[in-house]
Amino acid sequence: MRMPEPDAGVIARRREIVSALRAIVPGEGVIVDESELRAYECDGLTAYRQLPMVVVLPSTTEQVSQVLRTCKEMGVKVVPRGAGTSLSGGALPLADGVLLGMGKFNRILDLDFANRCAVVQPGVTNLGISNVVAHEGFYYAPDPSSQIACTIGGNIAENSGGVHCLKYGLTTNNVLGLEMVLMDGTILRLGGRHLDAGGYDLMGIITGSEGLLGVVTEVTVRILKKPATARAVLIGFPTSEQGGDCVAAIIAAGIIPGGMEMMDRPAIHAAEDFVHAGYPLDVEALLIVELDGPPAEVDHLIGEVERIAHSKGCCYSRVSNSEEERLAFWAGRKAAFPAVGRISPDYYCMDGTIPRKALPLVLQRMNEMSEKHGLRVANVFHAGDGNLHPLILYDANKPGELEKAEEFGNDILRLCVEVGGVLTGEHGVGVEKRDLMNDQFAPVDLEQQQRLKCAFDPEGLLNPGKVFPTLHRCAELGRLHVHKGELRFPDIPRF
Amino acid sequence: MTVTTFKPETAEQAAEAVRWALSEGEPLDVAGTGSKRGLGRPMQTAYTLDLSGLNGVVAYEPEELVLTARAGTPMAVILPMLAEKRQQLAFEPQDTGPLFGRPAGQGTLGGVLACGLAGPRRLSAGSARDHALGMEGVNGRGEIYKAGGKVVKNVTGYDVPKLMAGSFGTLTALTEVTVKVLPAPEDTRTLLLAGRDDAAALDALTRAMQSPHEVSGAAHLPADVAARSGVRGVAGVGGAATLVRLEGFGPSVAARVAALKEELGADAVLDREESLAVWGEIRDVAFFCPHPNPPPLGGGGDLGNAAAAPSPAQAGEGWGGGNDASLLWKLSVPPSDGARIAAAIRDRLDADLYFDWAGGLLWVATPSADSAPAIRGLLNGSGHATLLRAPDDLRASVDVFQPLPESLMALTRRVKDGFDPRGILSPSRMYAGV
Repeated sequence: MRMPEPDAGVIARRREIVSALRAIVPGEGVIVDESELRAYECDGLTAYRQLPMVVVLPSTTEQVSQVLRTCKEMGVKVVPRGAGTSLSGGALPLADGVLLGMGKFNRILDLDFANRCAVVQPGVTNLGISNVVAHEGFYYAPDPSSQIACTIGGNIAENSGGVHCLKYGLTTNNVLGLEMVLMDGTILRLGGRHLDAGGYDLMGIITGSEGLLGVVTEVTVRILKKPATARAVLIGFPTSEQGGDCVAAIIAAGIIPGGMEMMDRPAIHAAEDFVHAGYPLDVEALLIVELDGPPAEVDHLIGEVERIAHSKGCCYSRVSNSEEERLAFWAGRKAAFPAVGRISPDYYCMDGTIPRKALPLVLQRMNEMSEKHGLRVANVFHAGDGNLHPLILYDANKPGELEKAEEFGNDILRLCVEVGGVLTGEHGVGVEKRDLMNDQFAPVDLEQQQRLKCAFDPEGLLNPGKVFPTLHRCAELGRLHVHKGELRFPDIPRF
Repeated sequence: MTVTTFKPETAEQAAEAVRWALSEGEPLDVAGTGSKRGLGRPMQTAYTLDLSGLNGVVAYEPEELVLTARAGTPMAVILPMLAEKRQQLAFEPQDTGPLFGRPAGQGTLGGVLACGLAGPRRLSAGSARDHALGMEGVNGRGEIYKAGGKVVKNVTGYDVPKLMAGSFGTLTALTEVTVKVLPAPEDTRTLLLAGRDDAAALDALTRAMQSPHEVSGAAHLPADVAARSGVRGVAGVGGAATLVRLEGFGPSVAARVAALKEELGADAVLDREESLAVWGEIRDVAFFCPHPNPPPLGGGGDLGNAAAAPSPAQAGEGWGGGNDASLLWKLSVPPSDGARIAAAIRDRLDADLYFDWAGGLLWVATPSADSAPAIRGLLNGSGHATLLRAPDDLRASVDVFQPLPESLMALTRRVKDGFDPRGILSPSRMYAGV
């Protein structure tokens, strides 16, 4: 993975840049000491590391604006960072760039239960929002597995999901308003406590833009009343195909479960060995189906789901009859990643989405790839929405194995695209999948996306080297050759 | 003005039309069947790009919750097809035809997305943009490009399909769209509170929304509006009607109706037929249509529209604000501001209005041609007001969409420039010069 060539001219001006930043953010808000910079050298994708030129930790919107404007004037690149939990390298620093840490934006600004929203600073954690509204019985719905640590600002950058997003939506479906700063220092407000921001849906573009368009400084999110109750069913199948059929039949019956997760045999065994959740070990596929809502609904649907499961040939089924039991069902799934970590020195987590009907084919091809690359793979799967998380097991200490794991991962993602799916369902493109973008998109598609980037950041200074495999200058992208009269009158039906 | 209409049947033909327009410097009015031509600023182009020839469902897989169709596919085809599999577009797209004195059921899927139309369930299920998954279209450079995907969960690249929702054809001529579809509720009931004033009604709606009963519609019809309903259980109240919709599986709806009726002190429960009818009226603003055209009782708004055949784009040419003298405003505000804003509007203008989205959406009909300053002056920078229906000349002189702060307007222009640098695609439909 190649990052943009560091600009030696910028690095040579480091002292000047640092003193300009210190004029904006005083005291300990500007970090230059190498041992302190070390804390920022990578995010959740630890295979890639790079010390930033300097870290700045502003605490007000005005400071963010000045930092960005100053960097733009000095021609310096900026990488924004929340909690650094990205799994795709979205916050990977640049040797010639300023790392803009948003950790000091950690205040809750307003809880507005009448309008069912919360206004927070972007450095507040995802779970932190749910915690501060819990006393009124509310919560914030998207729940990425890193929710203890990840920040809402980072969630906006990545359009984070979680196990409940089939029913409750991704981040983008739960954000009402944003304050953000453009690379030139312009402060914008989009949306608010009302529905639908006026004008173009820029909030829809910012959400999931991986820190390439602007830096979010305030967020208004929708909060929901907690479902009155939740129960889960654990269902085992002799084949993954039957598991997939069961998921399709549940959805065809009009049921959108709060969560619907699937694990394959290696993942089931790893999880069971680790947390002893009581999972059956003689099944090829295990489903956890959680129904939430009013008790009358949950009881009704549990019955429906069990009926469907039996009609699809399940060989194991158990319904949670207490909150304790429900949490035990989830304990194995939630511990799946560390459980796999116990049986292998390292693992590499992938994140493609496929049309669910392609699951048997994808699993079969993945097994073939596993043999070809000589690496094991365990699968956990957000079954409701087709989001696969294959975990590739490898040992970084064995020379060449990381590269093999990456190769295997790339093969899996290309397969996802080949069967009609996409490269990433929730982790983002970042640096990790950047060079695969050409497998999903044609050059004309990516150029259109980059022209959108040009509208926000014409010099390409904000988080360059992420998402797009090839960087183009905006002037080059904007060029349009039109020769008057050269095209004949189009030969299409007209009136 | 003579208008020439291009009616491509393939994306490549649509691109060819745009490239021709580009070479001639001739802007195009991008339209489907033209059923929403009354929305936005009036177009004054000599050429129309009629996308209704791009017609047909490409893939519909109920179990994948995904529908891909060519952009000009009529809603009158889409909705019954989904209904047959007991699915729906959960954002409850409005049918704006009757609002402009046209028949119902004429819109296209691309038009619904491009205009970002959503109904009462916007409150709980999101808007058109929340269900836009993928797209293919022609940008103002005459290039066919695609964005998003054909699966329900995808974060690969910028979420351009969302940007298309509510861009009124000013960024891209859509040729194919992929949307998320969801199960249709098995049952629907509506709690009715009779005779509440605005403040008490909105307070009840807020409490309903704060309950765990998964309310999917929360509207308040003041007495004079409720009286216009074609639903006996609503008009027969003889006063204001406050409505709370509960949808889902039968046993769940029954339990929630019982619980919430008690909690809110509701006076009546509307059955499924009456519920479908009144929420169809609320969705399509039937109370302020020039020729009241409520959906047939019991048929449901969506399916009732299915019979009408779409008409070609030129049928809508020059059509402006309808023969109803009243202007129609759509205000999106923080729900807790709804009652205050309504009171101030009544104080300043001769106006009829009602509330949806638990007080966060106000539909205001007024004969006052200079109502813009009065209405926009009430928003305090929070929310937005759209002049949804007005004669052409007024829509040309008054800001139809809420004016944007200059910094946001500048970004909006740059975004337009990124898709359509020469202003070929429906220029000035939303903002002058954009």
